[in-house]
Amino acid sequence: MTMPAEFFETVEKIKAMGESGPRAARDPVNLPMINNWTEAIGDANPRYTGPDAEAPPAMIQVWTMNGLHGSRSADDPLGLMMAELDARGFESVVATNCDQVYHRRLRLGERLTVTTKLETVIGPKTTGLGEGWFVTTRNIWYSGEEPVAEMVFRVLKFKPAPKAPPVEPVRVTRPMISLDTRFFWDGTQAGELRIQRCPACGTLRHPPGPMCPSCGHESPEYVVASGRGEIFSYVVHHHPAVPGKKLPIVIALVELEEGVRMLGELLDCDPAEVSIGSPVTLALTRIDDDLTLPFWRLASPNDQRRLP
Amino acid sequence: MTEVGDVLPELRIEATPTFVVSTALATRDFQDVHHDRDLAIAKGSKDIFVNILTDTGLVQRFVSDWAGPDALVKSISIRLGVPCYAYDTLVFSGSVLSVEGDDVTVSVIARGQLGDHVIGTVVISGVTA
Repeated sequence: MTMPAEFFETVEKIKAMGESGPRAARDPVNLPMINNWTEAIGDANPRYTGPDAEAPPAMIQVWTMNGLHGSRSADDPLGLMMAELDARGFESVVATNCDQVYHRRLRLGERLTVTTKLETVIGPKTTGLGEGWFVTTRNIWYSGEEPVAEMVFRVLKFKPAPKAPPVEPVRVTRPMISLDTRFFWDGTQAGELRIQRCPACGTLRHPPGPMCPSCGHESPEYVVASGRGEIFSYVVHHHPAVPGKKLPIVIALVELEEGVRMLGELLDCDPAEVSIGSPVTLALTRIDDDLTLPFWRLASPNDQRRLP
Repeated sequence: MTEVGDVLPELRIEATPTFVVSTALATRDFQDVHHDRDLAIAKGSKDIFVNILTDTGLVQRFVSDWAGPDALVKSISIRLGVPCYAYDTLVFSGSVLSVEGDDVTVSVIARGQLGDHVIGTVVISGVTA
């Protein structure tokens, strides 16, 4: 987004203001606040204790915080710049850098003031969070007239990037269908569970392949399975996510009555009720005009019907 | 004698809710996202999170614990990464980047569950490590 000329004029005007008026710390550098700080941070450095204590350098900003009911002064350049970017739709903020330099040790009783000036406003930048402007300010802490510490502070003022639309869940992962497996998927479409059979030696095999592993014959045919079997083994899949599935799901290795084994998902079951040896029946499920997938269900005790 | 490549002892900070709140208040940072979980969540955060003044304080502690009490911290520069929410654990690691006269520059990384929380450098003199 390009900014109008007035925006850049405002930036230059705030920069030209230079340092804001000094804002005084509520309290002089004092031991109770240092003790609270070292207690919370867990810093046991002996320099920060006792009547000759010095202030932890990293506490510099603490002395001049605005406090529970405080607000920025009207001439605070960071506040002015935030308001300008808010008004132009860059309403979110995140701090990115904080660089502090300490010119000397601070002693108990020193009374500090702080000023702020606007250093740079750089943008628009495209970031992971959205389009935004980097605003850099410099604070200078004084003890009397003497600068004792400085901080360069950078924030990103940004418009949150619109969330990407949710990925449309797919119902199934479609199988890769090859010359060797075409008969199987044609079978499910036709309401049959087909098992490859070697016409030469009669061996049944699954998954399908181009050649009989027993005799080497290359022109397989198939038989139609009963659709009954039992669980040879199974896993309960909790993770990772599977497109279109509500986890956990049970994936069973089903041993068919005919003797071959076949992997498939067990539908509508409580994983706790599944066990090795449980009888199962085929549940062909039509996905669309081009695909019907074989699933399995735990067989009810009187489920003796043949398919289809 | 401090040399480039010297590795600092690791520092682990359990960022319990008590830690997040007590450090925020000890640094006089009363922004609600550092002590009020309901408001922090309403503003899109997962939980209350550690404030920046505490990060600077922890980086200083990590380096000065190693450098010894005679050391003088001259500067701390930090880049802020992913937030450190309550119940996270921050692990500080660091090593000596350069030694120029009495000034030692140390690089510091504080990692939490979400990744790098703070990446920074500290310049310190009077190191007795």
